[in-house]
Amino acid sequence: MAKLNLILLALLMACALGLVTSQHKARKLFSDLERAQARERELNVEFGQLQLEQSTWSLHSRVERIAAQALNMRAPDPRRVRLIQPEGAR
Amino acid sequence: MARNATPDIIRLPVWRARTVMICLVAGFFVLAGRAVYLQAVNTDFLQMKGESRFSRVLEISATRGRILERNGEAVAVSTPVSSIAAIQGAVEMSPERMKKLADTLGMDVRDIEKRLADTTHDFIFIKRQVSPEVAERVTQLGIPGVLARREYRRYYPGGEVMAHVIGFTGAEDKGLEGIELAFEDALAGKPGSRRVIKDNLGRIVEDVEAIRAAEDGRDLTLSIDGKIQNLAFGALKSAVEFHRAKAGAIVVLDVQTGEVLALANMPTYNPNNRGKTTLAQLRNRVMTDIFEPGSTLKPFTIALAMETGKVVPQTVIQTAPGKMTIANHTISDSSPHGALSVSQVIQKSSNIGSAKIALSMPREDMWNSFIKVGFGAAPRLGFPGEARGKVHDWKKWGQIEQATMSYGHGISVSLMQLARAYSIFARDGELVPVTLLKSQTVAEGQRVLSPNTARAVREMLELAVQPGGTAPRARVMGYRVAGKTGTAHKLDHGGYAAHKYVSSFAGFGPVSNPRLVIAIMIDEPNNGQHYGGAVAAPIFSQVMQGALRSLGVPPDAPMQPIELPGEGDEVREGT
Repeated sequence: MAKLNLILLALLMACALGLVTSQHKARKLFSDLERAQARERELNVEFGQLQLEQSTWSLHSRVERIAAQALNMRAPDPRRVRLIQPEGAR
Repeated sequence: MARNATPDIIRLPVWRARTVMICLVAGFFVLAGRAVYLQAVNTDFLQMKGESRFSRVLEISATRGRILERNGEAVAVSTPVSSIAAIQGAVEMSPERMKKLADTLGMDVRDIEKRLADTTHDFIFIKRQVSPEVAERVTQLGIPGVLARREYRRYYPGGEVMAHVIGFTGAEDKGLEGIELAFEDALAGKPGSRRVIKDNLGRIVEDVEAIRAAEDGRDLTLSIDGKIQNLAFGALKSAVEFHRAKAGAIVVLDVQTGEVLALANMPTYNPNNRGKTTLAQLRNRVMTDIFEPGSTLKPFTIALAMETGKVVPQTVIQTAPGKMTIANHTISDSSPHGALSVSQVIQKSSNIGSAKIALSMPREDMWNSFIKVGFGAAPRLGFPGEARGKVHDWKKWGQIEQATMSYGHGISVSLMQLARAYSIFARDGELVPVTLLKSQTVAEGQRVLSPNTARAVREMLELAVQPGGTAPRARVMGYRVAGKTGTAHKLDHGGYAAHKYVSSFAGFGPVSNPRLVIAIMIDEPNNGQHYGGAVAAPIFSQVMQGALRSLGVPPDAPMQPIELPGEGDEVREGT
């Protein structure tokens, strides 16, 4: 009887320690998840800002102005443009 | 009676022992009762109270969806900014702290004092929408009761070019105008919340439950083509400035899909900075304003007459002497034309011709034909405040109303309605449903005219942009185009103003396989010219040329430079 009790006590101790470690692990993992989610939000915000920057730089009016003034480009005369329909297109 | 001789045996009365016993048992019962009360009866309340000491409910804000134009370029993006706020009652301000705060925010001390003096609210914004760096510095000042709150600000890289399509949001990032308002539900998303347990350092140690998951707003892809929009806006802007007009509007539709490729207004505003925006700048003349279109409505009268077999394109109508009196009202052409065929009535834009044709038809049929092409009903784009236009009940029409309505007076439409109605000529008689969202599938139209009539009117409209018509300036090199001008007297104080006009043009191209409908309206051109053919038609030509090339539509006409018309080639219209 005493033997069985000892075994049960050892088992109980093991379980208790197991619970503590798993609880600890769960908390750690959770804070990792938390951090990853915060990072995700940050990246999302940054993506939005970059998208904003991209569309600001690529504004048609800006591109047109730079092409015409800085690069001395102009739209080709329609007579010098040939449109080619890809094979099988309507 | 002798005293008891054995003093060590004391017999206490039984009742004393019982009393003690009963007291103890009663005490236990009270304890047990209390335990039951705490553990079973009142447990929920106590549990809640206990949890509230360490668990917190966090709000998770949802990000507002982005708005993209059809090629994926962002035209409206929300990005976080901070607002500096104070909690009334918790603020501990000293003159020195006040000075520091004012310096960091770039504000006047008195300004802040004035804001803090407001005791009607607990939560006061000191300055809204500052950059994250400034917010960081304010938090570092460590003034009790002053905090930085994160919120979102919406940016519109397209600025004034796209202003009237997209609209804008208010301070709480709620849509107030345009697409932002129309698609508020989809864009806004739903903020979520969750319960967590925090440790004494404020770190979250456990997620107890997600009360509601946050749903970010959906991204929205518009039918607007950034390139064509820019082109249309640029052309409209320079024309409005050149003609010193009060306002102007343009809309470009894809005939096949019903998508709105461009929609622009002048005057416009900058949605990123609406400080001094006036009502005139906010007005959306394409969707929410109506105007009397003038001669741009003639093709619908002619189409009805042909559809009902009253006339064929060759039928001759006598328009001499260029004047006609109906019920004490005189209508006239700007120059007398004599005998004209029905085609020429459109080409030369004769009021008398179209009035005579109109008067040969029943009023009810005419009213029906207007309703069928969408006048008098909102075009249902889902846009806020879409105008329905005004088409009076046919029972109230007299002869003069019927005559003037045939050339677009006494009837009001929005520019969007006009553009959409022209799709019946471009699509062989089908009225296309219009949309502001990218669709790409060919839209199912609603048959209004027979294909034969639609094609015949198309030919007449092509004549109108040739030399000898009213709008030779609408021609485009390399493409066959067709369209009709309008020059309407403006309604003013209950009558028609003599020198105030609305010039318009509605047309489509290429004629062999129409792809685009463009409608333009210029309000009160004031630089010597006011005919639709001189004011609005050149914008059409410019935008049509650029748009067709940018869409890669194959040319259907020889590439010959277009000679601008001399005085004699251009016909001036009456309305």
